[in-house]
Amino acid sequence: MANYNLRINGKNYEVDVEDDTPLLWVLRDHLGLVGTKYSCGIAQCGACTVHINGEATFSCTIPISSVGSDKVTTIEGLSENADHPVQKAWKEVDVAQCGYCQAGQIMNAAAFLKKNPKPSLEEIDNAMNRNICRCGTYHKIREAVALAAKTK
Amino acid sequence: MADITKTNRRDFLKIAATATGGLFIGFYWSSCDSPKMKVLSTEEVLSKAHNFNSFLSISPDGDVVIYSPNPELGQNIKTSFPMVVAEELDADWSKVRVLQAPLDNDKFDRQLTGGSGAMPHSWERLRKAGATARHLLLTAAANQLEVDMASLSTEKGMIYHKASGKKLTYGEVVMAASELEAPEEVLLKDPKDFTIIGTPIKNVDNDDMFTGKPLFGLDFYREGMLHAMIQRPPFGMKIKSVDDASARSVSGVTDVIQYDNFVAIVGTSTWPLMKAKRRLKVEYESDGNVESTFDHDKIMKELLDSKDARVMRQDGNVDEAFKNAAKVITSEYQCPFLPHAPMEPMNFFAHVKGEEVELIGPTQTPDAARMQTAQLLGIPKENITVDITRLGGGFGRRLRADYVLDAVEVSRRVNAPVKVTWSREDDMTGGAYRPAVRYRFSAALDAAGNMIGFKLRGVGLNAGNSVRQDNFPSGAVPNLLIENINYNSSVTTNAWRAPITNFLAYAEQSFLDEVALEAQKDPVKFRLDLLEQAKSSPTGSVNYDVDRMIGVIKDAAERSNWGKNSNVKQGFSVYFSHRSYVAQVANIEMINNQPVLKKIVASTDCGIVVNPTGANHQVRGGIVDGMGHAMFGNLVFENGLPKQKNFDSYRLIRMKEVPEIDVNYVDSGFDPTGLGEPALPPTGGAIANAIFAATGRRLRSQPFLEQKEFSDLNLEIRRG
Repeated sequence: MANYNLRINGKNYEVDVEDDTPLLWVLRDHLGLVGTKYSCGIAQCGACTVHINGEATFSCTIPISSVGSDKVTTIEGLSENADHPVQKAWKEVDVAQCGYCQAGQIMNAAAFLKKNPKPSLEEIDNAMNRNICRCGTYHKIREAVALAAKTK
Repeated sequence: MADITKTNRRDFLKIAATATGGLFIGFYWSSCDSPKMKVLSTEEVLSKAHNFNSFLSISPDGDVVIYSPNPELGQNIKTSFPMVVAEELDADWSKVRVLQAPLDNDKFDRQLTGGSGAMPHSWERLRKAGATARHLLLTAAANQLEVDMASLSTEKGMIYHKASGKKLTYGEVVMAASELEAPEEVLLKDPKDFTIIGTPIKNVDNDDMFTGKPLFGLDFYREGMLHAMIQRPPFGMKIKSVDDASARSVSGVTDVIQYDNFVAIVGTSTWPLMKAKRRLKVEYESDGNVESTFDHDKIMKELLDSKDARVMRQDGNVDEAFKNAAKVITSEYQCPFLPHAPMEPMNFFAHVKGEEVELIGPTQTPDAARMQTAQLLGIPKENITVDITRLGGGFGRRLRADYVLDAVEVSRRVNAPVKVTWSREDDMTGGAYRPAVRYRFSAALDAAGNMIGFKLRGVGLNAGNSVRQDNFPSGAVPNLLIENINYNSSVTTNAWRAPITNFLAYAEQSFLDEVALEAQKDPVKFRLDLLEQAKSSPTGSVNYDVDRMIGVIKDAAERSNWGKNSNVKQGFSVYFSHRSYVAQVANIEMINNQPVLKKIVASTDCGIVVNPTGANHQVRGGIVDGMGHAMFGNLVFENGLPKQKNFDSYRLIRMKEVPEIDVNYVDSGFDPTGLGEPALPPTGGAIANAIFAATGRRLRSQPFLEQKEFSDLNLEIRRG
């Protein structure tokens, strides 16, 4: 066990966990930030996507020992009042079915649009291809990312 | 009640009593409420509310709380049920809030998500619930205003007396209304007067889902709760020995318990359990059939020739028809076992407190979870409460309560509240799959190309009845024989979205395409001719609505410009399941000599469309689901275990692999007839038939990707 000081959503947290504990489980089990989801645990599905220094990252395979002073943003910290353009677009387009993967989808889309504010539809498809939606909301995800890009 | 209220540090659950003493549990996000928002909390609303019936409460402030009894797994029932109540109530939707109701056999009926049955089952009672409340409010208003009730009208939570210009809010008369006797009969609206039903009302959980609030079972935590993971045996094996020394040494692991054929690892958080599970050494020995896919293939092929098939339906004289046939066509189709693989793995919370049990989590059938818990513990079911969280997908997997019982078993053994979490690997290898099935179809054609005989024999591995003997084309063929053979495998199976028909429809619609081509008939015309036959001279019972099926066939053909563009190679498919009708056309264009799947056109008759957004989700989602599994889904067994254990080897369809999907509804005027499943079955057939039209290659097994006919096709999928 070791002590880690983390910077998450603009706040400081201190946790005492094993070095190899993935960031995902620190967020969920130790900090109560359960918006970041567990689904595959092997960086394949994107449900656990968070931002580390602004980069969309699979938190399920990032050991806490490697996070250091990096700035972590989770779905809970994406915006103050659920008003990030991507969140607004997700509501407007009514993207979700079961909703389990959507926090990861939103985090991926938000990081992508920051880098590429005016993407083509093909670029959207490429960027969002790393997140699985088992319900098959892909058409709506694409529509929402496109909407967020226009309304930024 | 009190002891549940102060459950945990983050206020996951609060309980509120209604004025009439009804008890409801709601997700209450006090820690998340923005201080700037002056919105009454759900608890505040409920504390002032009058509980008119099982479905809704109305407060003196006019706030309406509608309870959604059925588990929500993405089928949008938590939004569409309340829409139906609000419609008949004439509520102001902006003042409606929706709560997931807990399991309550007294208040609710069929609290189950399965069989696309919730809306067809509850449609009328939901409407009555809203209409009854409206009637009581109107009665109270008429008394107060001293006018005839018939002179009053309602709109968006207001009652108007047009003659005098007087108006009252629902909140103003709710106290008086709650004193009145409910009428036995109420008038329901004419569907043409609907103002909420048929409009794209947004998902009621959007804000919570898109900000990461704890909605799902896996998000449930409670102070003092322990975590557990379960090591399960391969199929057909039992535990020989367990060496848990290394597992126990992992920091955060508090206990390792062996019971029956399972080993539970218990600890204070999830990650140590995942580590410990890898260190756990369990030796297994055979306990029956330790099967492989190699065995399964052999068994299914052999059993297709068995003399012991069970006759499920027999019309006319099949032997005679085949003897006299000008042409006989026979083909075999096969599908593998498939896991449900919902994004949220199986999990459940249980707290066994002596003779009482608290259950919280994602289940499609809370009643079964309770019954099985009662049986396991030998206690009355009344001692068990079940709260239903949102489900991160289900697809039928959560109709089974095995993972609920995991939590119950561990909780009673460690005498503490326990959340059991299955890892993705546990979820994928833990069984209850879509059964593997092999079919043999035969058709007899006369010299004019009429199908005078039809035979279907299905062999399923724990599939029960794999043939659905009364589905189309039964009723449309004068001589018909449908037989079933079930093999008891050690691999466990369960309902999987559109049970049986998720594969049978593909096989049947592909085979009918083969027959139509042999008969030298257009595939659409061929089906319409059969349906005409079922209508004008039916053979035996016809268990589908011929006109509704014709309706979607014609609509899909028309909107897809069926057969009118020689550059587009098309595949047709139509299926009736779960009371609804869906026809689909897949369009493949040859671009630079390469087939490109560009579009699927779907035409659906599900009766009245309650929520167009939700309906589009179900149709598109069903098609994406059907397409993904037809193309990629495979579970290969070796020594009683699937080789695919996670999403690296078990391929799920992704963003770039979905074509454009065009969705339309045929307005037949029927009450809603189910939509969670019916769009999935036709998809595999439409795609396979389009691939045949484009390339001349017939795909008779799934997944397509692993068939030699498909491997060098380089089928591209492109939107737009």
